Amino acid sequence: MIWMRCGQPINGSMPERPDMNTLLVLPILIPFSTGLVALFFWRQPRLQGAISVGGCVALLISSLFLFASVWQGGIQAVTMGDWPAPFGIALVADVFASMMVVLAGITGLAVAVYALANIDAQRRAFGYHTFFHILLMGVCGAFLTGDVFNLYVWFEVMLIASFVLLALGGVASQLEGAVKYVTLNLISSAFFLAAAGILYGTVGTLNMADASLRLQTLQNPWVSNLLAMLFLVAFGIKAAIFPLFFWLPASYHTPPVAVSAVFAGLLTKVGVYALVRVFTLMFTSDVGFTHAVILVLAGTTMISGVFGAMVQKDFRRILSFHIVSQIGYMIMGLGMFTPLALAGSVFYIAHHILVKTNLFLVSGVVHRLRGTFELSSLGGLYRSAPLLSVVFLIPALSLAGIPPLSGFWAKFVLVQAGINAGGYTIVAVALVGGILTLFSMTKIWGEAFWKKEESGGGPEPPGVEVWTAGERVAYYVPIIVLAALTVSIGLTVAPLMDVALRAAAQLADPAAYVAAVLAGRP
Amino acid sequence: MRSVILSAATRLLLPLILLLSLFLLLRGHNEAGGGFVGGLVAAAGFVLHGIAHGIEASRRVLLVEPRILLGTGLLVAVVSGLLPLLSRKPFLTGLWIPGDVAVIGGLGTPMLFDVGVYLVVLGVVTMVVDTLAEE
Repeated sequence: MIWMRCGQPINGSMPERPDMNTLLVLPILIPFSTGLVALFFWRQPRLQGAISVGGCVALLISSLFLFASVWQGGIQAVTMGDWPAPFGIALVADVFASMMVVLAGITGLAVAVYALANIDAQRRAFGYHTFFHILLMGVCGAFLTGDVFNLYVWFEVMLIASFVLLALGGVASQLEGAVKYVTLNLISSAFFLAAAGILYGTVGTLNMADASLRLQTLQNPWVSNLLAMLFLVAFGIKAAIFPLFFWLPASYHTPPVAVSAVFAGLLTKVGVYALVRVFTLMFTSDVGFTHAVILVLAGTTMISGVFGAMVQKDFRRILSFHIVSQIGYMIMGLGMFTPLALAGSVFYIAHHILVKTNLFLVSGVVHRLRGTFELSSLGGLYRSAPLLSVVFLIPALSLAGIPPLSGFWAKFVLVQAGINAGGYTIVAVALVGGILTLFSMTKIWGEAFWKKEESGGGPEPPGVEVWTAGERVAYYVPIIVLAALTVSIGLTVAPLMDVALRAAAQLADPAAYVAAVLAGRP
Repeated sequence: MRSVILSAATRLLLPLILLLSLFLLLRGHNEAGGGFVGGLVAAAGFVLHGIAHGIEASRRVLLVEPRILLGTGLLVAVVSGLLPLLSRKPFLTGLWIPGDVAVIGGLGTPMLFDVGVYLVVLGVVTMVVDTLAEE
C-alpha cells in the first residue's frame, strides 16, 4: 500500500493495481535505455537495428498498459523523487496524454522498422538509432509531464535530437534546412523560457495543476492573457501555425524519409499537444479573447497551408505544407472550446499522426523505386506498383476527408461542433481547406501514379538496384499496417471516438486533473 | 610543440587533479562540488595530459573510449533512479544506507547518480576535445 503516500487516488476495487510509479516513467525510460544500449553497440549496425525495433515494441506495449490503467483507473500522477506535489516534478497521464504516448509508440515502431532499410550505414554509425530513441524519449516526456519547466526541458531534448537527425549525413541541403529549423526553434525556446519565468514570477509555481488554480485568482486578467500569448507564440512556432510555420516546409523535405516521417508525424503534434494542454488547463479565464485568437489563427493556418501546397512540385514539400494546413484543423477545435470540438481536435491529432507518417513513408518507397521526389519526373507507378498505389491512396483520401476513412470523421466532428457553436465562418474555411487538400492529393496521384511514364526521358535513376527480400519487408510492412489502421479507424469509428470524447471531457473540466496531481498536497 | 617543463609537470599534476576531482565528487552532496564539476576537473586533467604528450598518449592513459564512458555514466545514473522503484517508491527517490560512513558522510542513490554524471561529463569533454584535436 505504499502508493497511498504518493498522492494517487485509491481505488479499493482494484486489488491487482499496477505500480503507477513504474508504468508512468516507462515511456520515458524505455527509449532512453534503448538509445543507450544502441550507443554501446555502435560498431554492429545489425544488432543496433534489432535493439531499436525491440525498444519500440517495448515502448508500444508499456504505453498500451499505461493507457489501459488510465482508462480504468482515471487520471494517474506521480511526483519524481517522492517530493510532494507542487514542488516535485509531476508526471501525469490522462486519457489524452496516454493516447498520445500510444500513438508515439505506433509511429516509433513503424519508423524503426522502416529505418532498417532506409537509413544508410554512415548515418547509423553516427548514431541514428540513439538519437531516434532520444527523440522518442523527448516526445513521451513532453506528453506526460505536468510541470512547465520540465516541459521546456523535454522540448530541448527533442530539439537537440531532431537537430542531430536533420543534420546527420551532412548533405548541403540538409544543413541548410537544419539551420533554419534550429534558429526558429531556438527563438521559440526563448519565448517559452521567458513565459515560464514570468509565470513563476506571477503565480510562484511551475506545476501546471497548481498554476491552473492560482491563475484563476489573479487580480489583473491581462497578466494571464500576456502569458497566454507568450505560450501561444512559443508553442505556435513548434506546432507550425500561421504565421510562424515557414521553417517547416523549408526543412522537413531534406533529411532521409525515416527521419522526416517521424518529424511529420510526431514533432509538430507535440506543439499542438502543448497548446491544447496549456489552453485547457491554465488559460481558461478569458476564453473570449485567447481562444478567439486561436480560432482566427486556425483558419489562416488551414488556408495558408493548402495554398502553399498548391504551387509545390516536390512530393515531400507538398506533404510538408499540408502538415501546416492540418495543424489548423487541430487547433480549430481548441479555439471553439466546447467538449465536442475538443474531441474533434483529439480525434484529428490521432488520425493525422497515423496518416501523415504513412504518407511520408510512402514517398520514401516512391523515392526508392524511382530515385526522385520530383513529381514532374515521376509517373506510371499505378502500373508498375499497384500495391503501393493503393497504400498511397488510403492515407491521401483520408487526409482530404473522404468517407469512410478516418479523416472524414475527424472533419465531421469538427464541422458538427462548429455548427453547434455557430461558428459558420470557420466551418466554411475548414470545408474549403478540405477541398483544396483533395486537389493536392489528386495532383500527387495524377502526376506520380496515374500519368504515363515518360520513356527514355533521361538516364536511369541512381540507386534502383534489385530489392532484397528484407528491404521489401522493411519498406512495405509499416506502410501497409498504418494504412490498415487508417481504414479500421474509419470503419469502426466508435472506439477512437470514445477515447476522443473521454479525453475531451477530461480536458474541458480540469478539476479531476488538478485533484489527481495535488492529491498528496500537505 | 612539446615542452619538457609541461610534460614533467603534468606527470605530477595529473594524479593530483584526478584526486581533486574525486574529492569534489564525494563532497558534492552537501557542499559545493558534485559530479559535474568533478567530471570537468578530471577531463581538464586528461586534456592537460593531451596537450603535454599528444592526444594518442592521453587516450591510452584514459584506458576506455570516451563513448563507452559516456554510455556507462548514463547507465549508472539511470540505475540510481531505478533502484527506488524496487521498493515501490517513485523514480529518482533518494535511498540512503542507514548510518554514517566515514569521510564522505553517507552512501545512497544520489551519490550513485553523481558518479554517473561524473562519467558522462568526463566522457563528453574528452570526446569533444579528441574530435577538435583531430581537425
